[in-house]
This record gives sequence, structure tokens and C-alpha cells, in this order.
Amino acid sequence: MSQQTATVPVATTREAVTTRQRRPSPFSLEQVGAMTFLLVFVIYFLVPFFWLIVSSTKNAGDLFGTFGLWFSPNFNLWSNLQQLFTYNSGIYVRWLLNTLIYAGVGALLGTLLAAMAGYALAKYVFRGRDLIFSAVLGAILVPSTALALPLYLLMSKVGLTNTYWAVLLPSIVSPFGVYLSRIYAGASVPDELLEAARIDGAGEFRTFATVAMRLMVPALVTILLFQFVAIWNNYFLPLVMLSDQKLFPITVGLQTWNVTTGGANKFLYTLIIAGALVSSIPLLFGCIILQRFWRGGLGAGSVKG
Amino acid sequence: MALETTSQAKTTSRVLGSERPKPSSSFSLRRRLTPYLFILPFGVLFLLFFIVPIIYAVYQSLFRSERNGLGLGAASVNFNGLGNYVDVFHDPNFYSGVGRVLLYGIVQVPVMLGLSLLFALLLDSTVVRFKAFFRLAFFVPYAIPGIIAALLWGYLYDPSLSPIVKGFSSLGLGSPDFLGPQTVLWAIANIATWTWTGYNMLIIFAALQAIPGEIYESARIDGCSGWRVALHIKIPLVAPALVLTGIFSIIGTLQLFNEPQVLSAISNNINSSFTPNFYAYYTAFGNNNYYYAAALSVVLALVTFVFSFGFLRVTQRQAGV
Repeated sequence: MSQQTATVPVATTREAVTTRQRRPSPFSLEQVGAMTFLLVFVIYFLVPFFWLIVSSTKNAGDLFGTFGLWFSPNFNLWSNLQQLFTYNSGIYVRWLLNTLIYAGVGALLGTLLAAMAGYALAKYVFRGRDLIFSAVLGAILVPSTALALPLYLLMSKVGLTNTYWAVLLPSIVSPFGVYLSRIYAGASVPDELLEAARIDGAGEFRTFATVAMRLMVPALVTILLFQFVAIWNNYFLPLVMLSDQKLFPITVGLQTWNVTTGGANKFLYTLIIAGALVSSIPLLFGCIILQRFWRGGLGAGSVKG
Repeated sequence: MALETTSQAKTTSRVLGSERPKPSSSFSLRRRLTPYLFILPFGVLFLLFFIVPIIYAVYQSLFRSERNGLGLGAASVNFNGLGNYVDVFHDPNFYSGVGRVLLYGIVQVPVMLGLSLLFALLLDSTVVRFKAFFRLAFFVPYAIPGIIAALLWGYLYDPSLSPIVKGFSSLGLGSPDFLGPQTVLWAIANIATWTWTGYNMLIIFAALQAIPGEIYESARIDGCSGWRVALHIKIPLVAPALVLTGIFSIIGTLQLFNEPQVLSAISNNINSSFTPNFYAYYTAFGNNNYYYAAALSVVLALVTFVFSFGFLRVTQRQAGV
């Protein structure tokens, strides 16, 4: 049922287009030009990764002493990783777990709340609906860093700075998620189906949880991923809110290492590089595996028609 | 875009409750309360962590902390009216920061979005093979947190580490200085372009994919070339996606913070007022002047709002988005 009604326009129209278009002759000038152009940019986008991988196998001496884009004779990856996970009694592992908590809990709760709000905005008519939606749209344009300073002062008044809550609670609020889920609910949850559920005697919340949520899955996955990545990558909010190292996410942690690399702390370079590599692996895999969903959800509301 | 979607939502969502006979008044009251209950959890957090901080920042910006003539004793907090705002508008540090990010934005945003559009069009066309690979390769930098991307590029700029600098000098081409007074801004622009081009490409690409195939049919029968189809059919149709990415890029540009902060550890050419956001941060946490920082944040938010809203209006008129 959900396959039929959930609109993921991407998948269906794509196939129609590819089958209809002709394949050009294999070696047209246009094709060679386009491929060369794209390959140049592949190098641009991937070389920093290559440097990161190569560098994570080097010890501090080779890092500065050998050419950056090729491996040195000494392979130090394992000892670098071991040092990374044990330095300062395993603070890096703690940062990794913190990031996972902030991003995981924040994105899950945020998506659920955004789904409920977006569904209500799309499927009910009530006083103040347009006002609420305008406020949400306006909030998308508010720079989040402009909020961080007053939030810090407010949080410090109630004694919440330097706690998990200080980062977690503001991260849950996603106006963009509400916007996306409203568009999806409007487009992919047919009123007839909700009506049928109501006639069958389901309450409003059960109708939402069992009928609407299921139809909104592609949108919800998109919102979840957007928010997960946004929180995972967030730097400014935790930087402002936290002073206890034990609460840091990866981003703030690695940057604090970065500002102390000078002089006797040169070995920290290898830790930062290994740490950067390890921290990018989860999202990298996530993006590769969930690329299908990404594409499905992103197009919502961005085509004129 | 915003206007379009609201009108669209209005037509698609009907009044469900009013069409049915109401069995009892308590039932209909509950029905009327339902949407508010759905919005409540988000609404409470939105109020607490979006609306209240904005109001509080405005309130704080009206005060200032003063010490007595000798600078001894505890500072007292006094009402300052719009004094902080007058100071912001006379603050050369603020202007130099805003001017810098505007210069940066005028160059970086068109370059990045131009590349994103070009990649999206190429990956949507028939001339390119291995599309999945290219899409992934371009998108991968988005998976790297901005701060780590900045660290990474910082090492690629740092003369003591950089393979780029070493490569140039070993070829006898001199060693480029990516962190000099004139170049460091563009070194930052490069980091942002590297991180966000693939993300914007994906948004535009998704919009291209959603165009119904029939639209191309007539163009093909009329004998339009690939480029003309792209220019006259595809680009106008994905204009809303371009506006969306444009607005996000403008907001990101005016908030610029991560990259300058990271690079300031290795470059002497990034001062505490390099970008307005950087300046607000240092005013608050370096100088403990929260009141002035609040005024800076408010003005910065207003500037951002004016630019993104102005951009929306202009593009709406131009492209009829």
C-alpha cells in the first residue's frame, strides 16, 4: 500500500527518462570533454581524502619529512590508532560516543517532533496555522550562530551550560524538518485514507502513528539524515556551551587538540589526523548506504510545476 | 519558493473535520485541539530555543556594563538604549568583517553554485558515464564536518606539511603562500567550495530528476541540442532549487566562523574581527562584553535576513519562482 501511495517522484520519472533518451556514439568530442572536466574535479574532491589516508599511516617525523601524497616506508597506522584511542585515558572514544548521543538522540527526537508538527500543519485547518508556518519559515533564515550567544546566556541562568542538555535540547529543534515534513505530508498522505482510518474508529494520534507516519517514511528518513549530519557537524553550539572536555563532541575535541599542537605537542598532529579519519568513517558509510533515500527526499518542493 | 508551497499546501489539504457531522460537542472540541497537540512538543522547544533567545538577545543589546572612573570595583549594568547599535554602526571592525564576507560571498557563492549546476546538468545528461561514481565522489566531502575539513585543508596549506607547497617548490615554481594577507580569504573560500559543492549539486540534481520526461519529448522532436534543452528547459524548471541553495549559501557566508577560527591557529592574517560572527564570538568570550556581542548578533541576523529575503524577492521577480 505504502509503495503505491508514497510519492517518490525521483525513482519513477528517472527510469522513464533514461529509457527514452538515445545513447550517443561512444567517443563524441562532447563526451570526452565532459568526462575530462568531471575527472579533474574528482581529483580535487578526493585528493584531501587521499592525503588524510596516507598521512594517518605516518609517524610525526615522516609527516613533516616525507612527501605528503605518498606513503613513507614506515607503516604506523596501527600505532597511531592505538595512541588515538588511549591518549588522555581514551578521551577520543568519549568524544565519539558523545557525538553519537548528540546526533542520534537529537535527530531521532527532532524528526519525530518535526513529523508531528508538519503533519498537523498540512492536514488540519486551525486558527494560527499560517502564522505558525510563517514563523517556521522565518526561522530557517535565522543564522543558528546568532542564536548561540543568547542561548548560552539563558542556559547559564538556569545552570544548564556545560551539560549534555545544553547541546541536545537546541539540536532537537529543526524548522527545516517541519517545512519538509509539511510538504511531504501534504503531497503523500491522502485525506481519503485518514478519513477511512477515522471511520474505522482510530483516534487522531493512532491515525498519525499507523497511517500517516508510514506514508511519510521517505521524507522522515531524509529529515533524520539531514539533522543527524547537521548535529554531527555542528561546532559552534557545543563550542559555546561546553567547557568540560568530557562532554565535547568530536569537532570541538579535535579543534582543542589543534590549537595545542605547537612545540612539544607535535605528536598531536598524528592523533588529529587519525582522529579526523576515524570520525569521517561513520558518515561516509551512512551516505553511501543511504544515498538512495537522500535523492528521494531532497527533491521535495524544489521543482516548479 | 515559499509562496508557491504555501498556496500549494492550501489547495491540497482540505478541511477534514468540517466535512463530517459532529457527533458531540466534546468530540469536536477534541478534534479542534488535535492539531495544537501535534504541534505542542515542537512548539514548546521552538519557543524556548528559537523565539526566547531572539527576544533575549534584543533585550540584552539594550544594556551595557560600566565600571567607575578608576576601573575598580564591580561593574554595574546600565540601560543603554540603542547606544550599542549606534556603536555597531560606527565600528570599523564590524564593517571590515561584513565587507570581507560580502566580497567573499560575491565570488564564492556564484562559483560554487555554478559548479553545482554544471555537475548536476552533466550528471543528468546522456554524455556522461559512471554517473553513480561521480555523484558519490562529489558528495563525499559533505560527510566531513566543516571543522575537520578546515583542519584538513589547513594542513594542506601549512608550508611545513603541505604537499602542494612542497610540490610547487620542488618544481622550481616558488612556494605559494595560501595563508598570506591577500590569499587567506580565498583559501577559506576554497574550503567552503570543497565542502558544499556536492551537497548543492545533489539538491539541484534531485530537482532535475523530478522533471517529468514528457517535457523533453517535444524539445527532442523539435531538434533541440542538449545544451539548449539544459539552458531553456532544465535551468528554468529547477530555478526553485537554485534559489533554495542560494539562500542557504548566503546564510552560510554571513555566518562564516569555523574555517577562519581553524586557520587562525596557523595564519597571522586572521584577526579577531575577520568575519562578523568571529568578531561577535570574541567580543562575548574574549572580552566578556555580552551586551555589545548581543547587539552584534542582532545586527548580523538582520543583515542576513535582509540579504536572504532580498535575494528571494529579486529571484522571484526574475524567474517567477
